[in-house]
Amino acid sequence: MDLYEYQGKQYFARFGIPVSPGGIAKSVDEAVAQAEAAGYPVVVKAQVKVGGRGKAGGIKLAADPDEVRRAAEAILGMDIRGHTVHRVWVEHASDIAKEYYASFTLDRPAKLHLGMLSAAGGVEIEEVAATNPEAIARLHVNPCDGLDEQTARRWVDEAGLDEEAREEAARLLVRLYRCFVEGDCDLAEINPLILTTDGKVHALDAKVTLDENAAFRHLEWEELAEDEIEDPREKMAKEKGLNYIGLEGSVGIIANGAGLAMSTLDVVNQVGGKAANFLDIGGGANAEVMTAALEVINADPSVKAILVNIFGGITRVDDVANGVIAALANVEIHSPIVLRLDGTNAEAGRALLASHLSDSVLAEPTMLAAARRAVELAR
Amino acid sequence: MSIFVDETTTVVVQGLTGGQGRFHGLRNRDYGTKVVAGVTPGKGGTDVEGVPIYDTVAEAVEVTGATASFVVVPPRFACDAILEAADAGISLIVCITEFIPAQDEALTYNRLVREHPGTRLIGPNCPGIISPGKANIGITAGDIALPGGPVGIVSRSGTLTYQALHELSQQGVGQTTCVGIGGDPVPGTNFIDCLEAFQADPETRAVMMIGEIGGSEEERAADYIGQHMDKPVIAYIAGVTAPPGRKMGHAGAIISGSQGTAQAKIDALREAGVTVASNPTEAGEMMVEIVRGLG
Repeated sequence: MDLYEYQGKQYFARFGIPVSPGGIAKSVDEAVAQAEAAGYPVVVKAQVKVGGRGKAGGIKLAADPDEVRRAAEAILGMDIRGHTVHRVWVEHASDIAKEYYASFTLDRPAKLHLGMLSAAGGVEIEEVAATNPEAIARLHVNPCDGLDEQTARRWVDEAGLDEEAREEAARLLVRLYRCFVEGDCDLAEINPLILTTDGKVHALDAKVTLDENAAFRHLEWEELAEDEIEDPREKMAKEKGLNYIGLEGSVGIIANGAGLAMSTLDVVNQVGGKAANFLDIGGGANAEVMTAALEVINADPSVKAILVNIFGGITRVDDVANGVIAALANVEIHSPIVLRLDGTNAEAGRALLASHLSDSVLAEPTMLAAARRAVELAR
Repeated sequence: MSIFVDETTTVVVQGLTGGQGRFHGLRNRDYGTKVVAGVTPGKGGTDVEGVPIYDTVAEAVEVTGATASFVVVPPRFACDAILEAADAGISLIVCITEFIPAQDEALTYNRLVREHPGTRLIGPNCPGIISPGKANIGITAGDIALPGGPVGIVSRSGTLTYQALHELSQQGVGQTTCVGIGGDPVPGTNFIDCLEAFQADPETRAVMMIGEIGGSEEERAADYIGQHMDKPVIAYIAGVTAPPGRKMGHAGAIISGSQGTAQAKIDALREAGVTVASNPTEAGEMMVEIVRGLG
């Protein structure tokens, strides 16, 4: 789960990482009130989970209430690369002397934690990594050992942070590491991490991705989960507990297992079609799940044909077939549906389905044939 | 022959008294796997359809001499279960548990490497391992596999693993061992571990590898194949059309930026001399052809 900047900063603050005083606002009046509390001048920042806010005009400096009003009016409701701005974060403007970069993430090939620290922050770090890789000091941390202050100090020296920033930066990095580990982050990133003109080090931005698998031990995450899902299809799927991602095409996809679902998308593409969605119904393809899946797909007006691709391993295909039959009785399908059911007890499953097949409910023996048929029907 | 598990492997099931553990553990036993014990704290002294239950893995190992463990417990207990098995001297641990927090997984992996270098972990979040006709530890339906080799399978995806087994078996092409390494960020066993074992196994004469978007394990595997393997490898990579930056069900199946795209993996594999199929059916057909060519 990606956090908004303001949520990330609040998360950082819990671990003692210094951030600028500020508050969140959903309206122009709220923005002015937050500015008064933070103290002028302030920065009004669009809260969207996408980069390039500054370039899009989503970050504005304001010296008085009128300017805050104008900034908030301009930013609230703005569209930034497909994301509507519903909230702004208003914080006291910092006097920046230097901008750095700091992050922790998991280095998957190394199977270790990876810290990245750079004296060249505030810009696209991918660009720095590509053009000037030596400007990033990388530190592998074994999760068994953790990060102590001594190691952090050596790391800060290596990264070449300014002398007056080093002590505070080292302390902050130890806290950021704690936030990353104890806070169950997939990513904890500060860009920029700043040195102010009066010698303080703090986080001017926050990019935090939480590991949803750890939600059971973070009851405080519940309040973070409230989020505007922009795609109505995804919203509906989420309410039904389905693993769904909306796409642009016209072939609705239902498959079991993430790998098979991804593969189904690929095969539809190979035979000249485009998938309307990714939908993994997991191992148990019972009537209830199948009904929910068909309801979501059916509600998507761009779907012209539906492809159900199920491989029964532990799940028996005859059970799946019964699920499909029950679901078809529950939902009135707008588009033709092509079924490919294979695996354990496939024969029995196909036999069950045989009497339910029609012009709008078709069966194909292989994934490729089913994809071809669905794509044809979607035209 | 087979890799990692065979007819001599004796298995303790951690979580045998739970719904999932009972279902899969007993299925594994019915397949012919030597399931010798179950472990559930507090239930020692009872049994599940004749399989004795112990309070600890150490006790189970002492009494039964189990060499492998099948961990089928909820995510918040899984890492402790893995470490308990390693502490008890188990040399192969198969963990099917899904949704383990990444931090726990990374810590557990590194503790195993440091404290129990001789222990192999398969998974978590994987279908398990099957050496057809010999042993099945995990959730793979045994009847879709065909004994006798000569194909070794290694896969990151569950349902695509079943699909691969099924396609080969239907054509009469058997498998030596099929390892589902799982789609999590820190798998205990990776592609290279399996490729190395298949390369060394005289009965495995060709290898099918199924990867997916995210991470760089497939690229690393390609390097290994190019340098160290002379057995033919057929690969399939799922997720060519997956939109970047979106999680597709597994923690593993996510691409960010140009890293981990299906195309990058396909290119790396082709560069290493691997035949890359464009869909699972084609991968099966290509493998059948290769096996028939082996005579």
